[in-house]
This record gives sequence, C-alpha cells and structure tokens, in this order.
Amino acid sequence: MSNLTNPPEAAPGRLPPGGAPAADGLSPFRAGVGDDRGQGGGGTPERSASVSPGARAWQRFRRNRLGFGSLLLFSALVLVSLLAEVVSNDRPLVVRYESTYYFPILKDYPEKTFGGDFDTATDYLDPFIRNKLSTGSNWAVYAPNPYGPKTLNYFAKEPNPSRPTRDNWLGTDDRGRDLLAQLLYGFRVSVLFAFALTFTGVVLGVLSGAVQGYFGGKTDLAFQRFMEIWGSMPELYLLIIFSAVFAPSISLLLVLLSLFGWLGLSDYVRAEFLRNRQLDYVRAARAMGLSSWQIITRHVLPNSMTPVVTFLPFRMSAAILALTSLDFLGLGVPPGTPSLGELLSQGKNSIDAWWISLSTFVVLVTTLLLLTFMGDALRDALDPRKSQE
Amino acid sequence: MSAATLLQVQNLRVSFAGKEVVCGIDFSVAAGEKLALVGESGSGKTVTALSLLGLVQGARTSGQAFFGAGHDEPQGTPSQDLLALSEHDLRGIRGRDIAMIFQEPMTALNPLFSVGEQIAEVLQLKQGLSPAQAQTAAVGLLADTGIPEPERRARAYPHQLSGGQRQRAMIAMALACQPRLLLADEPTTALDVSLRVQILELLASLQKRNGMAVLLITHDLNLVRHFADRIAVMENGLIVEQGKVADVFANPQHPYTRKLMDSEPVRDVIENPPAGDGPPVAQARELTVSYPVKLPGLKGWFKQGEFVAVKGASFSLPKGQTLGVVGESGSGKSTLALALLGLHPSKGELRLSGRSWSADTAANKALRRSVQVVFQDPFSSLSPRMTVEEIVGEGLRVHQPGLSAAQRQLRVVQALADVGMSQAQFPRLLQRYPHEFSGGQRQRLAIARALMVEPDMLVLDEPTSALDVTVQKQVLQLLQKLQRERGLSYLLITHDVAVIRAMAHQIMVMKSGEILESGPAAQVLTAPQHPYTQLLVGQLS
Repeated sequence: MSNLTNPPEAAPGRLPPGGAPAADGLSPFRAGVGDDRGQGGGGTPERSASVSPGARAWQRFRRNRLGFGSLLLFSALVLVSLLAEVVSNDRPLVVRYESTYYFPILKDYPEKTFGGDFDTATDYLDPFIRNKLSTGSNWAVYAPNPYGPKTLNYFAKEPNPSRPTRDNWLGTDDRGRDLLAQLLYGFRVSVLFAFALTFTGVVLGVLSGAVQGYFGGKTDLAFQRFMEIWGSMPELYLLIIFSAVFAPSISLLLVLLSLFGWLGLSDYVRAEFLRNRQLDYVRAARAMGLSSWQIITRHVLPNSMTPVVTFLPFRMSAAILALTSLDFLGLGVPPGTPSLGELLSQGKNSIDAWWISLSTFVVLVTTLLLLTFMGDALRDALDPRKSQE
Repeated sequence: MSAATLLQVQNLRVSFAGKEVVCGIDFSVAAGEKLALVGESGSGKTVTALSLLGLVQGARTSGQAFFGAGHDEPQGTPSQDLLALSEHDLRGIRGRDIAMIFQEPMTALNPLFSVGEQIAEVLQLKQGLSPAQAQTAAVGLLADTGIPEPERRARAYPHQLSGGQRQRAMIAMALACQPRLLLADEPTTALDVSLRVQILELLASLQKRNGMAVLLITHDLNLVRHFADRIAVMENGLIVEQGKVADVFANPQHPYTRKLMDSEPVRDVIENPPAGDGPPVAQARELTVSYPVKLPGLKGWFKQGEFVAVKGASFSLPKGQTLGVVGESGSGKSTLALALLGLHPSKGELRLSGRSWSADTAANKALRRSVQVVFQDPFSSLSPRMTVEEIVGEGLRVHQPGLSAAQRQLRVVQALADVGMSQAQFPRLLQRYPHEFSGGQRQRLAIARALMVEPDMLVLDEPTSALDVTVQKQVLQLLQKLQRERGLSYLLITHDVAVIRAMAHQIMVMKSGEILESGPAAQVLTAPQHPYTQLLVGQLS
C-alpha cells in the first residue's frame, strides 16, 4: 500500500483523485466524497471558472437534498458514536473531590479515594459514592447517559429487563445493561467494522481489477478463473468452521469477510479499466513513455473510480448487515462486545421486552436507509449522462 | 402558400432548459425539391429536423411548420401544423409522409432483427401488408437501393452488412412507404469517401423516381454543390442566408457563408525543406503489422490466427516533410501509426532517426521522446480528470524529471502559447479541465502536449476529421506553421483528400492493408495511376 499512497512522481499536494479513497485508511467513504470536495473546493468561489469533474459531481450530490441530508445525519451519528465515551459512560467525566480534580473517564480510582471501604475500582452508580461526590464543595460531571455498554447497575429500581424509565431511557436488556449505551457502542462497532471492511474490499478490489483490466490477455484470463474458483467457496460455512477453530474476534471476522468482499468490486473496476485503457489519452501517455504504473495511477485509475465511489455506501450497508447477521447467529463478535446483532437475538429470546427489538430495529433500519439514500444520490451525481449539465 | 410548397416552416424556435438552440427560423421546401441545411456542429440543424417530427426530447418548441397536402391526396386536404399535432397524429405522419435517415446506420438499425424484418415491419405497420407480402416488398425495396443479392441481404443482420450496405438498408426502410419528404441527417458522414458519391447518387435517383422532397442536413459543402437545389446556411440557430445553390456558391452574401466557402484548407508548406544530414526521420522497409485473431472452432483452443493489417509497407520520411497516408476505415492506416509509435509490435525494418524500437520498454524511453502523436477524437484524447497543466506538462515529468515545478510551468505556458492558447484568452488556463474547451481547442492542447518533449516527428491520426471545417482550417494552419518553424516531420493519416492536398509532400494510398500507390504529392494527386486513387482524387473535383 505504501506504493499506492506515494506514486513516485506524484505532485505535491495533488494525489490522483481516485487514489485518495484507497490512500486514506480510516474512512474510505468519507474520503471518496471529501476528496471531491478537496479538488474543487480548494477555492470554489474564486475558481468557479474551472471545476474538476469530481467537484462537479460533488455539487450535483449536494443538490440532492435527501442524499446530502442523509450524509449529514449519518456523519453526525458517526461523530456522536465516536465520542461515545463522553456521551454514555458509567464514570463521571470530571470529579472534584476535596479540592482535588480526578478524571475517572481516563483512569481507574479505587473506592477509597472517595471515602469508600474497598480497594476495588469505584462504582459511580453506587448511591453512597454519588452522595460523597455531591456533598459540600465536591462535584462531579456525569455523562448524559450514565451507563457504559457493559455496565451492570446493581442499584437498579426495576427488575431486568427494565422497560424504558427515567433512569434507562430505552430500558435495559435481560442482564440489566442500559440499552441506549449498548446501541450507541454497537452502532460504533458496526460502522467502524463496515469502514474497515469497505476499505479492505476497495483496496483489494481496485488492485485486482486494475491488474486484470490494464494488462488483459493471459493475466486477465488467469485471474478471472481464480476469482471464479474463489467465489464458489461457501463463505458462510467457512465462517462457521473458522469461528469454531479460532477464538472469535473482530479482526478474525474482518479478515474472513475481506477475503470475499472484494470480488464484486473487482469486476466493475476491471470493466472500467478495459474500457479506459484503450482510450486515446492512455495511448498518448504510452507514446509519451510513461510506465505502466504511472499510467494506471495517473490516467486510468482516476477515470475508473466512478463505480467504486458509487458502491461505497452500498458496500457499507452490506457490511453492517453481514456483521449484524453473524452476531445474530452467534458467529460474530466475541460475547460481551456490544453489537446490534446480539441485541436482536436478545429481542428474539425475550419477546415480551419489546423495547429491545424495537429500538435495535429502528437503529438498524435508519442506518441502512441513510446509506441507501446516500448511495442513490451518489449514483445520480456520478451518472455520466448527467455530467454534461 | 403556393400549391407546390410541401413544408412551410415559420418562426421555429427550439430551446433546451431555457437555452435557445434554434432561434426563429423560416424556410420552405417545395414538393420534389432538394434543400440543403448547412452549418457547423451546434448550429441547430439536426435539432431543426428532429423537431419537425416531434423527436426532440425535453425541448420547448414554438412556431409553425405547415406540412402541405400532396399531389396524391384528395384536393382540399388542409395542410397541418406539424408542431401543433398530438403525438398520436405525428406517429401517423412519421414514416408514411415524412421519413428520416440518420448519420450512423449501425446504431440506427436494431441489431437483433434482420434488415428484411425491419423493413417489413414498417410496411406492416404503415400499409397494413401481411407478413408475407411485406417480406416480398422489403426484398424489392432493397433491390431498388442497388444492394447485390437482395434476398440474401434481407435475411442478414446489421452487423453482417458493410457500412454502405447498412446505409442502403436504412434508405430502403425510410422509403418503404414512399414518403413525400425525406429528412436526411448527414447521410454520408459516417461512410468512406468512395461510398459517399454512390449513396448520394442513389438518393438522387430515388428522389427523382418517387418525386419526393429531400431536406439534406450536412456540413459538407461539396455534397451540397453536387446534390441540392437550394441551400440554407445556419449559424447559431439562425438561417443567415438561403437561395439557389448556384447563386449562393457564385455569390455568397453573408460573411459566415463566405467563411464556410473559404474553409478549404490552403497549402502553405515549404516544398523542399533542407533535409539536413543524418538518417531520415522515419524509414520503413517491408513493414508488416498483424493482429492475433481467434480461430473458430476447436482449432482456436490450440493456436491463434493472424490478421495482417499492414502488408509490407515501405516508405521514407525526411526531416521537415509530411507523409500523407490516405485510405478508408479498415485500410490499416491507424495500425501503421501504432506500429510507428512503438505501441504495437511489427515485423520488417522500421528506423526512426536511425534507431528502432526494442522489446525492452526502458530502452525505448529516449526514442519515445522523438516521436509523438495527436489523435482524432479530441474528447477521448485528454484525460477528463487532469488539468491543462498536468496534461501538457506530463511529458516533462517523464523526460526531464530534474525540472522544478516552476520551470515546468514556464515551459507549459510557452508550449500553450506556441499553439495559440494564452492566459489572457482563457483566465486560469493552467488550472482548467478539458471539458471546458471546444474540440478545436482540445486539439491544440493535444498538439501542445506532443510538442512539449520537442519531438522530431508527429504522428497525426486524422487530426481534423472530428472538427468543423472552419476549425479544421485553423488547426491545419497551426500545424503548417509549426512545421515551417521547427522542421517537424509529420505522418498525416486521413481519409480527406483536401487535407492531404494542403499538407502532404508525399502520399501513400492504402487499402485493405496494402499500399496501392505512393509517390510525391503532386504526382499522385494530378496523375493517379491506380483506379482506387483515381476514385479518391476524383471525389474532390
């Protein structure tokens, strides 16, 4: 990958547009769009005379209210979930206790610090501790939702699972963990997992598609046969077998799903490369003496990224759905990790606790719907037939 | 409205999304008359024709177009306003009274049905013939267009026919119901030169026999002179001049008409440039280029066949001269260009300034610098996602990697100035993207890109055939100027004899991969030996 991020001759400050999504490791989706913004937006007002094709697509995307609104809302949700520790945490953010500041969010303090009896970590939900922290000049700033994803409230007023109450806004699950906190952290796991899976899928898919499409001939033939064999492997059974052999973990899941996640994209990129490599500007570049690598990164790839960018939201939603399904089946993340699929499974098991399934369902549907709206808007924005406008 | 007037268009306006492309034009076509609508691309001539049949989508149309009662209608049939008719009524008129033929017969025919079926369909729909009758009639129509073996051709699918045959089939389809008006939109532009005259003669003879009127849309003044009775010149959505062909050609009134008439490329080259010492810029002896093709059946599993695109070409191109390669599509001239550029392997001897291509790509780098290329289609020859500076400066990155960004920019600005593009004319020129430029400007950018690395030789693959005639003249003048100033050698590939006449020092005529005739330009053009060359050269006069 280090090669892809640093093309030997790349001009300072200007990566090939298509290279950027692959180059930005953490968030392929936002890179795809943000990259477009970066190109033309360097100074849109004074540079209105010349906008790059990417910037024009971005303008068309912005004009689509549903899609752009979905992007804003989704970004806001992701941002909130990234700050989940501040939003939903069983430890106070800041404590001032007897003229000393403590930051329990960053550090464990034994109970004795705050006048308790034990050397164990403080349980800030304990009414005794709460009382200590609010007497006199002592104060504490709690997170808006004072529960973490794994917090068991030993001082709950309601039996578990608890319906939505003043204490637990969305209720609790059958072990007494707060549902809002679980959803928040579960959403974060899902989205980050989807980002990572989309990223690996894009990198592998673009690489294999580029190699097949650009070189064609025997390379293409061999790769295509390999992909057919690879694609015929029963993915789900492999997952079940591997989760039985190895200890389940998110990274194992990521690796296994990545092994198959690139196949679809690869075909699209290959088709784009096959089309673009015989265009005149590529011939001109070859006549100019550019190496294959330079031609791929500077000429063909930037012009072949349309299907990739269009696919990002749909791939994200597929990844979220895959993780949720596997969790639901118990093959996904290790037990104890907050996850939407695990919550759905709980909802199924305790059907009377309607708040579990309902709120999880709402979160899942909203997420997938936002991604689909974004994908539709992106597809319209990148439609070559509309690019003349 | 006189009895003879078939179509009377008054104040026709067509606009797309608020932008007017046809701005109030009036013209009329008499029964049996051939009117030519002439203009450059974007002048609104095709939109005018399409709007008469209600075929422009998403456009606002206003004005009147009275389509008169013909001689075979009962007396007193009132003329109809085509623009006011409902879609349903228009559908009745399309094909029966007014038919249309398009520029590109390959895309205008449905690839899934045989040609005969498509013609028969028109007859069944419009004249209510039975399938068997329609089939027979279709064969008859094909025979009328002069297609050999019409019965066999009727069963052929569009891809099995040659370009000329396809256009003949299109004409047979359009004339199936003996329309009174035929709209012909650039009917010969997609065809090879040797076919153009044949198709036009066919149209003329059918027109005479059926007594129909023809509205010919074209940018080719030669065609108009040979074919039409009257001419209407369009510029930017307005008809600037109309009249009898002889009158307009003899005495054009409007400056734009004069500019069009005057757009024939002018020869302005150094006839005998100093050859200089050293080997010729390009020299080939018995150059053969072939493509692998798949053999049919089981044999294709084990070995590949070979399609020879260029057979034993020999030529020599001295410094400062132009070698013109003429031929129709499929004659192998573009393949020859690829071989010369070292982009396609070739057999035989090929030396560029005494050196030849090697299989090792790294060793070719120096040679790449000496031969550059300009392609035909200005829309696919520039990467849409790179700025002008990146496109033009690309060669410097490869061949002079030591230059700083500022030095490179300076060279790019200089190269752009050489091809007549400056920052004063286009603000922020370097940061612009190709989509903001017209075809001619893009072609200039492509030339600037090629000149950036200071080559000895340019391969010009149909450099002007996608451009309008007036722009073509400017680009050719630019190329001539660059040759005079820099002593560049050109290998000019074209199907247009007028371009060859203006540019070439030597001429090579190709057909089906073989070189039929070659020699000094004057000799080949004035005293062609081969019958095919005579046919080609004859087109012009």
